[in-house]
Amino acid sequence: MARAINRRPGRSGQILLGALPFVLLAAAYLLASDARLAVNPNDKLLPSLESFAAAIDRLAFQPDARKGTYLLWADTWASLQRLVLGLSIATALALTAGIAIGLLPMMRAAFAPVVAALSMVPPLAVLPILFIVFGLGELSKVVLIVFGVTPFLIRDLSFAVAALPREQLVKAQTLGASSWQIVTRVVLPQVLPRLVGALRLSLGPAWLFLISSEAIAATEGLGYRIFLVRRYLAMDVILPYVAWITLLAFLLDYLLQRLSRSAFRWLPGEQSL
Amino acid sequence: MSRISIRKLEQSYGAVTVLERINLDVASGEFCTIVGASGCGKSTFLRLLLSEERPTRGEIHLDGAPISEEPCADRGVVFQRYSVFPHLTVMENLILPLELRAAPLSGRLYGRPRREARERAGHLLSRVGLDHARDAYPKTLSGGMQQRLAIAQALIPKPKVLLLDEPFGALDPGTRLRMHEILLGLWEEEKMTVFMVTHDLKEGFKLGTRLLVFDKLRWDPDAPQAYGATITYDLPLEDHRSPPPALVAEAEAEAPRQTSRPCNPRPCNRGLADVAR
Repeated sequence: MARAINRRPGRSGQILLGALPFVLLAAAYLLASDARLAVNPNDKLLPSLESFAAAIDRLAFQPDARKGTYLLWADTWASLQRLVLGLSIATALALTAGIAIGLLPMMRAAFAPVVAALSMVPPLAVLPILFIVFGLGELSKVVLIVFGVTPFLIRDLSFAVAALPREQLVKAQTLGASSWQIVTRVVLPQVLPRLVGALRLSLGPAWLFLISSEAIAATEGLGYRIFLVRRYLAMDVILPYVAWITLLAFLLDYLLQRLSRSAFRWLPGEQSL
Repeated sequence: MSRISIRKLEQSYGAVTVLERINLDVASGEFCTIVGASGCGKSTFLRLLLSEERPTRGEIHLDGAPISEEPCADRGVVFQRYSVFPHLTVMENLILPLELRAAPLSGRLYGRPRREARERAGHLLSRVGLDHARDAYPKTLSGGMQQRLAIAQALIPKPKVLLLDEPFGALDPGTRLRMHEILLGLWEEEKMTVFMVTHDLKEGFKLGTRLLVFDKLRWDPDAPQAYGATITYDLPLEDHRSPPPALVAEAEAEAPRQTSRPCNPRPCNRGLADVAR
């Protein structure tokens, strides 16, 4: 009998074991749902698969009676726009500021403390300020994502830049590189993988900020919808929406991972994510 | 031409003096090997030659003019590690200096200029025996191949002076011998002045035209950091390229003494005892 630390699943065993918790969760839900519905057919807490299908059909494939739009797709489009816009702005800011702070001692002295302080501010605490300053429209939601994610990205990136071996920067200078050329040819290409990694870690917080701001003030969006239908205990809408949000988050993460693998083939094995 | 003259060079960090009273004239095209105990300031000396640090006192002149205040293309360098860029292939590493010079803004060459740069680098590439690996990333190269690439890359801008900081320190003996041949061949071809720090006395004698030994002449047991190291031997090596047996014996006898010198004379355990109490 091998030790537990030496027993490994085969290829199919791995898939089977990975799927097991999902199957168990689904089975537990169905059993509980059946039990509740047997007692009270109008129970809304644990809807049956049929009610899910009906809700999904209504939201995704039937135009809304009042607005004439397909709610799920309109919500998804609105939310993804905010998310992608916010993350893009955050990435651009973080690249500029992170490399400047990590590489240029003058910039580090001037801006590292303020970034460290800003990263400690709980972003949701400033949401009221954002609503007051930027209004209840799109801008404040995008700004919340930017504000919530950028300080972390800047710090992570500036640490990555500062961790580049001193020898590389000296060598680049002896090869005739200017500061700008060191940024574009030596530093930037080497911290891009770290940026993608940090961005993947930021996806979770970004979704959190998005759903929160949508819950408080919006007229469409995935977060807006689930908080709206909460009033009617519409679990048949909320649960598919949560699953859909999870799937979208997973897909974004997966895309970034694929990008990282294909774009940075020079990375030593243990560093590629 | 690449004549180096150093006058009254001193480097100290606060109360710690690392180097002192260094005067040296090196003719163009010499190969100076630098040996000495660990922590005696060999690498500091190299960093000063590189302008990575500014000396506390004294001057370094290259061909009669003071060296520039920051590292630049007239002095190339190869470190023991991290000398090539991991995100560039062998060929990209080699043409990088040419790209940097030709394209100040983008730092990249395309089309015909790029092909010409590749042709120029091709000669050095085959000189260091990396023809077959031109499109490989450094992570796939052995330590010896990476150092060969680093040397070739450092030579592309045609530096007047090449500084080597224990370049073969991490290589196995067989690879080292091949590296010696390649390095001496390139030196004969390019005629640059070379400073090479090494831990290996035999290597120092074999490669150099001149051997510099760094050590502390003055030594105060109560203040071990008060005095710095200087050049205690300056041996021309034209004829006898192996260490005199007496010197090897002395170096080997010296090694334990060097390591047993207390860096921090205070007993280290006291702090722990205080914490425990």
